[in-house]
Amino acid sequence: MPVPRGKRILMRGNEAVAQAALDAGCRAFFGYPITPQNQIPDYFAAHMPEVGGVFLQAESELAAINMVYGAAAAGVRAMTASSSPGISLKQEGISYLAEAELPCVIVNIMRGGSGLGNIAPSQSDYFQAVKGGGHGDYRTLVFASWSVQELYDLTRDAFEIADRYRNPVLILGDAMLGQMMEPVVIPEEVVDPAGLPRKPWATDGARGRKRNIINSLYIHAPDLEQVNLRIQNRYDEAAEREVRYAAEDCDDAEFVLVAYGTAARVATTAIEQARAQGIKIGLFRPISLFPFPAQEIAALAKRVKALLVVELSLGQMVEDVERMAAGACPVRFHGRTGGVVITPAEVLGAIQRLAAEARA
Amino acid sequence: MTEVNTDQRVVFERPRALEPVRMHYCPGCTHGLAHRIVAQMLDEFDLLERAVGLAPVGCAVFAYDYFACDMVEAAHGRAPAVATGIKRVRPDLFVFTYQGDGDLASIGMGETIHAAARGENITIVFINNAVYGMTGGQMAPTTLPGQRTSTTPLGRDTKSAGNPIRVCELLSALDGPAYIARVTVTNPRRIREATRAIRKAFRAQLDGLGFSLVEVLSTCPTRWAMSPEKAISWLEERMIPYYPLREFVVAEALRESNED
Repeated sequence: MPVPRGKRILMRGNEAVAQAALDAGCRAFFGYPITPQNQIPDYFAAHMPEVGGVFLQAESELAAINMVYGAAAAGVRAMTASSSPGISLKQEGISYLAEAELPCVIVNIMRGGSGLGNIAPSQSDYFQAVKGGGHGDYRTLVFASWSVQELYDLTRDAFEIADRYRNPVLILGDAMLGQMMEPVVIPEEVVDPAGLPRKPWATDGARGRKRNIINSLYIHAPDLEQVNLRIQNRYDEAAEREVRYAAEDCDDAEFVLVAYGTAARVATTAIEQARAQGIKIGLFRPISLFPFPAQEIAALAKRVKALLVVELSLGQMVEDVERMAAGACPVRFHGRTGGVVITPAEVLGAIQRLAAEARA
Repeated sequence: MTEVNTDQRVVFERPRALEPVRMHYCPGCTHGLAHRIVAQMLDEFDLLERAVGLAPVGCAVFAYDYFACDMVEAAHGRAPAVATGIKRVRPDLFVFTYQGDGDLASIGMGETIHAAARGENITIVFINNAVYGMTGGQMAPTTLPGQRTSTTPLGRDTKSAGNPIRVCELLSALDGPAYIARVTVTNPRRIREATRAIRKAFRAQLDGLGFSLVEVLSTCPTRWAMSPEKAISWLEERMIPYYPLREFVVAEALRESNED
């Protein structure tokens, strides 16, 4: 049954991801079962055939990401989804995709780690997501949602961005966002893959053109350096054009809480309570994690008394915030790990300590 | 300009599917022969404009410089998965992989078995020379018992280093394959047999019959530390008894086509 469009409907985060991909013209999904993202492949299995696309359950995460590599090489919008341990297994393929300059979308519905960890919400894959993840000198472009609607919107945009920069784009969610149901509005208009610009580099049969080679091997070091510099230039361009963030109550703020995804969602309650107690605090929520909203955080650091970073990890994004703040103000951290979700009460406590520290 | 004698006609030439470039393979290595047969089939079935080849990691890593069709370099062992991705989204393309024994039967065994089990409509040319050539002559999954390599300097002791894998026999247990055969290229008769097998493998894909794989027993004079001539005899005397040459799976629809 087709999804109702143009009106508020209840949808699970994982299902919104899959619907967004279909609406973006994605016609190939390859995945391997892992909790808490299983509704993504389930949704594709049910609905990909309706649009004439390919759904295939792969034998492993390695195979899945390499099937994406093949489909992307053939010029089709392709994606895979997994959760933390599965994303680790995909890193080899992601490195190859990046060096071969192939666009694709990868969704990580993060769970508690390290190791097998658990299936609870977590943000402990930040380093892996934004610092490269696999071997080599590449990055994935990373966008993090804090709601089901935003999961839909970001996943949909991710395919455009991947094609624009010929690079893998990573969507970060977590067990909370993937599993919960919220009202969303699915727009009327969808992308028809037949109407997308041709990819002249694709290996889709050398008919009426010179043959194409998709490769990540450049045996002569200066050649590889040139390719890496070309890819780096695209990241620089993305830093100019693709930075996304949301700032709330930051204009008059003496303190700013920096958080993304579920951590930011929890923090909003604490921020309301702190404001009610007279603490002037705002929320800065990075949505693009790579490119990172560097200038915005640097500017905030220059005019507030302190920054408080809140994460569902032992402190990963905080390193980037410290780097951008560059000593202009104190940067404090509060986080929980192992799949434990912070409560508004403990975030409020952290805000109160921050305010007390500033008064002292 | 040379005057063309109209009484003469071309009876043998470089396949169009083989780029006119110098190959990097060692003297006496049979990769060149295997490349030529694959290229000849690409020509014969007129596939240059719709073939996509997958290069492996190993000695044939530069295969993308040699086959004159669209080519994709895959990560070590992952070619069957990459080929699956291409073939699934573009079933009209002819998709083949060219892989060595380390790539296909060691690090990529999972991808190989599952592509075969799915009956994935792709063609694999599998070069078995019983050694890791490019990395310096280490033990391969197909290294024979007692065979010396840089990581089995006293000869492969199956008690500690395990036993070789017979890939064709293993895959024959599955329902997915449409054509599986083992051949070699050590003399003209065997080259003709190899050509026939690779033709059937191509035919299997073109007719949509499912997974096809041809294993080509090959020489590695450099890593076997033998002259090319000695390497040919070693293959004949040592490898063939362990890896018998024959067809293992032939789909019904392929049986009558014994064209040469």
